[in-house]
Parts: sequence; structure tokens; C-alpha cells
Amino acid sequence: MSSVKKISRREFMKRTGQAGGGLVFALTFASACQPDEQAIGPAKKAAASVAPNVYVNIRNDGIVEIYCHRSEMGQGIRTSLPQVIADELEADWDKVEVIQAIGHEKYGDQNTDGSTSIRQHFDLLRNAGATARDMMIAAAASLWGVPASECSAREHAVHHAASGKSAGYGELVDTAKDMPQPETAAFKAREDYRYIGKPMDTIDGMAFTTGGGMYGIDTVLPDMLYASIERCPAFGGTVKAYDEAAARAVAGVINVLRMPEPTSPAFFNIQGGVAVLATNTWSAAEGRKALAVEWDRGANGAYDSESYKKKLVDSASAPGTTLLNRGDADIAAAKTHEAIYYAPHLSQAPMEPPAATARVNADGSCEVWACTQDPQTARDTVAATLGIDKEQVTINVTLLGGGFGRKSKPDFIAEAAWLARESGKPVKVTWSREDDIRHGYLHAVSAQYFRAGLDADGNTQTWLHRTCYPTIFSTFSNDAKQATGFELTLGLVDNPWNVPNMRVETCEAEAHVRIGWLRSVCNVFHAFGNCGFVDELAHVKGEDPKDHLLKMIGPARKIDPAADGAEYPNYGQDLAQHPVDTGRLADVAEKVAAMAGWGRDLPKGRGLGIAVHRSFLSYVGVVAEVSVNDNGKLVVHEVWTCIDAGTVVNPDRVHAQMEGATIFGMSLTLHGEITAKDGGIVQGNFDTYPMVRINEAPTAIHSHIMESDAPPGGVGEPGVPPVAPAIVNAYFAATGKRVRELPLRKAGLA
Amino acid sequence: MAIDFELNGKAVSLDADPAMPLLWAIRDLAGLTGTKYGCGKALCGACTVHINGQPMRSCSVPVSAAADGKVTTIEGLSENGDHPVQVAWRELNVAQCGYCQSGQIMSAVALLERTPKPTDADIDSAMSGNICRCGTYTRIRKAIHRVAEDQS
Ligand code: FES
Ligand code: FES
Repeated sequence: MSSVKKISRREFMKRTGQAGGGLVFALTFASACQPDEQAIGPAKKAAASVAPNVYVNIRNDGIVEIYCHRSEMGQGIRTSLPQVIADELEADWDKVEVIQAIGHEKYGDQNTDGSTSIRQHFDLLRNAGATARDMMIAAAASLWGVPASECSAREHAVHHAASGKSAGYGELVDTAKDMPQPETAAFKAREDYRYIGKPMDTIDGMAFTTGGGMYGIDTVLPDMLYASIERCPAFGGTVKAYDEAAARAVAGVINVLRMPEPTSPAFFNIQGGVAVLATNTWSAAEGRKALAVEWDRGANGAYDSESYKKKLVDSASAPGTTLLNRGDADIAAAKTHEAIYYAPHLSQAPMEPPAATARVNADGSCEVWACTQDPQTARDTVAATLGIDKEQVTINVTLLGGGFGRKSKPDFIAEAAWLARESGKPVKVTWSREDDIRHGYLHAVSAQYFRAGLDADGNTQTWLHRTCYPTIFSTFSNDAKQATGFELTLGLVDNPWNVPNMRVETCEAEAHVRIGWLRSVCNVFHAFGNCGFVDELAHVKGEDPKDHLLKMIGPARKIDPAADGAEYPNYGQDLAQHPVDTGRLADVAEKVAAMAGWGRDLPKGRGLGIAVHRSFLSYVGVVAEVSVNDNGKLVVHEVWTCIDAGTVVNPDRVHAQMEGATIFGMSLTLHGEITAKDGGIVQGNFDTYPMVRINEAPTAIHSHIMESDAPPGGVGEPGVPPVAPAIVNAYFAATGKRVRELPLRKAGLA
Repeated sequence: MAIDFELNGKAVSLDADPAMPLLWAIRDLAGLTGTKYGCGKALCGACTVHINGQPMRSCSVPVSAAADGKVTTIEGLSENGDHPVQVAWRELNVAQCGYCQSGQIMSAVALLERTPKPTDADIDSAMSGNICRCGTYTRIRKAIHRVAEDQS
């Protein structure tokens, strides 16, 4: 491919994120308007309120409503987003109510992926709070007839020092209604932060512990039908025949509908199949069993992971398209070391499978309740599916029982909307776990080739990295046969190693399933290969892996991949503000090694492994301590993590993300593998696609957050990529055996 | 067919196929959605409820098995969410997405009733049927220990 286009994941979503391929417009924060009356949430609107902007509504009973326009999927955004707004607003936390916003462009970008909620919205949220605060100050000043400059806002009230007057925010609502809505305001000084940087308790704690949280799967509407959909084992296949009468004979079954055929490319469109609608979930599932659908498996019906693996490895073993070139990576070396790293498809498998409920009204409008990471794309997709204007579509966002990228894709929401219209009833579509694992948007299978050349003194002189995997773009274009765009920037061309001659290439790979993104995306396998191979070099050279890692990172410097010919959009953010800073990378490596007591004496058979990786603008180091037990299984005893995410809003949620990322990373290291045979996915549930359970969890996961006043980086994803290489490197330290293929279950270790 | 049992202390009579899993009877017929679906095959524990005091995977128990018995779901664990396990869960901010936590809490309550001072090994064996995809396991261990300490 001669020109590698620079397209970020979100840019890409904007271009292709709906069935018709139209544009999703993201308004920047500018216009102030009333929050949407249809937004869901616990708040009861008081008689009067004022909305300085779309994120804040101040009621005359003193309650401040904060609209959370990002989806809650376990990262704690419904707590940390209000923390930022409330801080600048000087709101009393106990008088804040959080309302989940519907999907609407007036909120700006709502696509909750790419670890963007804080890193890309921090200033926007601060501005929302600060402008609201200034509006309250202006209202008080006008009420008292004093200059606004003499007034200040503190603890949910405006104060005038000279006269000693004070007025609570609620009291100021009437006056504020006539005030201009400011667009900008000065931000608080860091030392004045009240909530930012504090470990505030999760606002949904009560709901989470009492069963009161409403997830996508929990919506109930009057007269609603429950749908279960049988889909073709191979993606793109079509229905040949099915037994509708048998399904209808099952007690509780009300309707059987053949879904629209899948499209090629897939987009987020309905993928065909036959739906059974019933009065309850179980009857729908029983009816579905009776369908006995015969399929034409279609173009992907021969997909077989075993033969595909050979193709992928062959492709990675031959020259590909050069993405980055520094010096000459082919110069002769005193010693050459090479290796191939391989990792399989994965399924996001959020604990709550995809589920959506839709109602189509008499006027053709459609209302949806769904666990979506991306309500605006859901809205566009529903509008395109039903052939209606998006103004006629309302997307209510429920809690998400995990997302991990799966719930960015609204195909399941399109199914619910289509079924609601066709059946004339509200419909809830619930995917079974098997549906989720067999019919999702899979994380790409990958092969990576590495070659390093060492000089006579053991210095790494050349580095060649070829990556090969079916691209996410194949889900949106039939011509996409090679990784491209943002995928190449995820721990690939932003290579931190201090090697004078380097070449990075990408190779061709066909897709036979819908390829999607999973937490950390390509960073997962790129970090696995990069940090695994660097560890190999340490042993080739006979050096301590941590010292060698620091040597590979080299002196503190800022890397610009463009200097070596690579496009690097830097996760959509300014490289000057968020540099690829090897100093920060080295710091997390040093810190995490110190936390783990690197170099201490270990019992025989135990090993420590280290890995570091920058992704989503944050730097993470991980050390794992492992051994192999009497049954030959790998035990991960303890894990240490260190993150430099710049400015942090809620340290407790950051620690939680690092703990969670460790477990998520362990699951894909030890167990995670999705394979295909005859086009269908072999695995189906947690017996064949196992997760790490509590008995496999380390005794402790220590996490440290670096003090930093740098602008915020991502948090939800950066913890995952270093986990697999840290464990694999620790296994080598413990046993002298190198594993270059995930999961470790393949080697009998789990 | 009407199946009668006690759900969270109240008598219920559900018109259900006796083979319907208790999970769906609770969620779709009785309308209590705190008990979650995760796998349908007794592999994940998201659907854990107590039947006559025993923790059971409601996805894999027919509703008929509950007939004339007592079923407790997360909603029935306490009046105001103040069961010591629920409180400890909140104090340690255990939950991430929260979806698995109804099942985790129901399993933890049963464990602590049986074993008031569990070791890590006790916890691991009693809780290994409950998957948390968000990875809250180390906090779950801590929260269970906290309840045990507070109650001693
Ligand atoms: S849903 Fe019952 S154990 Fe998973
Ligand atoms: S908290 Fe999300 S699955 Fe456990």
C-alpha cells in the first residue's frame, strides 16, 4: 500500500460509523441550551432551573444536575466526570445529582472508547463547571448591585466579602435565568481543587450493591416481547430453511421473524438470522432451539484458524509495506536474533452480553434503551436501519455491564429497533453468552516477526518489526486487506527503543470474521511482541532484563515517528502536549521495578518479569512474579503496576482500572483464545473461553500512580498491554522457557 | 402452571413452565432484575441467589425446584442496602461495572454465614464460581476479610 492514510479510530467512526456511511457531526462545546427533557435519571425537575450549558442544570431547590454524556461501563466515569464539573462549579458534592445523557450531538463526542473521557474532555468539563460558576457569580452581583469581581463562589454559594452577603445557588436561579450564558471562564488553580485528584466514592455504589442498577438487559416496557436470534455460524452466511411452525409451537412464542440479510462489508448492520419473539426470555430461547435453521455459510464458510495461522505467519515472514524507516535495518550484524510472536482472536465478553430494548411509536419514531458505548452512532444506525430521520430516534443509555469495545458496535441495537417495528411491539433483544462469543466483532488474530542485529559489544544496532493481522477496516470496507490508519499507531510506529537502524512494516491479512476493537486494541499484541522480544535480547546478551530494558529505552527524549517517515496522530491529541517521552517510560520502569524489589533473592522456581508500554498517552510498567505449580500450571503470585497518566481525576478509580487491567491481561495471557472452524467460532461460553477467576488472581496487585501535573492521559486501556509480556518474561525467568504464543493454555500452563 | 414460593419474604405465585430456569422466572415473571444473566450454564455466578439459604445458580435450577421454598435475591438481602457485606463492598468501592456484583455479594454472604472467618483459600474456593470480567477479585477478598473482622 503506497499511502497509509492517517485516520484515527474516532475519525474513522465518524466516517463509517453508520449503515449508510454518512457523517456523524460532533459539535464542540459552544452553544448553551437546555438539557434534554427526555434524558433519564433519578432527578425530579423542580419548578425552575437554569442550565448554563448542556452539562449543568441548577435547580431552585439547590440541586445541581450534572449530565454525564459518557457511558458508564466500570471505569467510574459517572463519578469522575461530575467530580471535574462540580469542582470548577464549587458545587457541594452532596447536592449533585448525576443524570445520564441521551445520545445527542449537542453533547459533543460521546463515543466512550479510546480511553478518551477524561483525556479529551478535561478542559471541556472544567469549562462547563467554570462557566456555570461565573453565571452564578454574575447573578449574585446583579442581585446585590455590586461588581462581579468583588464576588466569589465557594461551597455551593456566592459570597460578597465587603457586605458579608451570601446566596446559595438555588436562590440565584431566578436571577441567573436572565443572565448571559458565558462561553469561557478562568479555571481554578490546581491547589484549589476540591474533588479533582480525590478518591471519591463511586456514585453508583448503592445501585451496584443492591441490584438497583439498570443495565441494558434490565429494561422492561409494557407489552414488551423478548427476542432471541439464531445467526449463521459463519459471518455473512444466509438462511436456507427453518421450521417456523416448530418454533411457534413452543409455549410463550408469539412471533418468528427472518432478519434482514447481512451486508458486505458488515458495518454495524444486522447480520441476518431468524428471530423468535416470546413473552419471556426463556420461551424465546426454547423457540429458537426448535427452529433448526439450515444455513448457506457463504464466503467465510471455510475459515479455519489452523490453516489461517500458517498463512499469517508466512505473511509476517516476508517483506511488507514499510511504515517507519530509520537508518538501514538490513546492515550486517555480528549476531542476529529473530522470533515470531503469535496471538489469537479474542472476544471482549463483557459480563453483560449485548442487550437492547426498542419501541417504535405510531408516528414512526423510535425510542431505545441500550448498554451502548456510543449512543450517537447507535442513533445513526437505528435511523438508517429504519429509514427514518435521526431526529426521530432517542437513545437512552443504561449502565453497561462492561464494554471493552463490544458495546461501541450497535448491531444489537439495530436488531431491537428493526424487530420492534416489524412486530409492532416493544422488543428486548438479549444476546446469550454463546451469541456474544460466536457472533461478535473479534479482536484480531496476529503474527509478528522481529529481527534484531547486535554489534560485537552486544549493542542492538538494527531492529525489524513486521506486524500482520486482519484489519478493523475490513469490517467497513471489502478492500481492506492490510492494517492501516490508527491501528498502526498503537504501540507500533511509536516504538520507544533507542536503536539506530529501525524498520517497521505491515503485511497483508484477509479477514473472515467481523474484526472489531477490544480494550487496548493492537497495543495488546504489539506490546506482547515488543516487550517479549526485548526480554529475549537481554538473555541473548546476558544482561539483567530490567537494566537491558532501560538501555533499550535509552536517554530521556521525545520521539516523533514522523522524523522516520511514519504518520503518527498520537491518539488524536497534540504531540507537543502529549509527547512520546522516553523519560516518563523509563521512570515507570524504574519505579515498578523498585516496588517489586527487582533483584531480590527469589525462591527457586520463581521469576520476575518486567514490561513497559505507552498507550493512549499514558505510560505503564508492570512486574509479575510467577512460578509453575506441581500440576505444571503457571501461578501469578503478585503483580506490581505503575502508571503515569498525567493529571488524575479519581485515583481510586485509576487504581481500580489498573487492578482490572491486570486481571483482564491475565485472562488473555493464560486462557483467551477464539478459533474458527468451517467459518464458525468453536468456543461458546466460559467453559471453552475461560476467564481468570478469583482462585487464579494474584494475592495482591500493587498499583502506583505517578505524581504529575501533565495533561491527563488515558486510564481504562493502558494497563492491559504490558501484562502479557511481563508474565511471559517472568515465566522465562522462572523456567528458562520462552513462550511466543498466547494463550499459555496452549502450552499446558493454564 | 402456578408455582408458589417465598421470594424475599413475600409469597409469590408464578404462572410458569416448571422447567423455566428460576433466573428467568425471577427476572421476567416476578420483575426483579437485580439477579443477572451471564452464561446460563452455571459457569459465571452472576445469577446467584439463595434457595432455602443455600447459594444456587438460578440459571441452572428450574423454577419448580423453588416450589414451596424460600428464595432470596440481592433485593431481599437487606431493607436498605445495609447488610454488612453490602456496606463493606461500598466502603472498598469493590464494583467496577457492578454487573457481577449481585452474584458476588450473594456468594460472599453465604460463605460468611458458613465460615465467619474465612482464609484467602476459603474465599478462593467459595467465590471461584463467580466471574468478574472487570477484575475486582483483590477487592472482593479484602471486603470479605473486612466483614469478618468487623463482626468478630
Ligand atoms: S448466569 Fe448462572 S452461572 Fe452464569
Ligand atoms: S464489576 Fe464488572 S463484571 Fe464484576
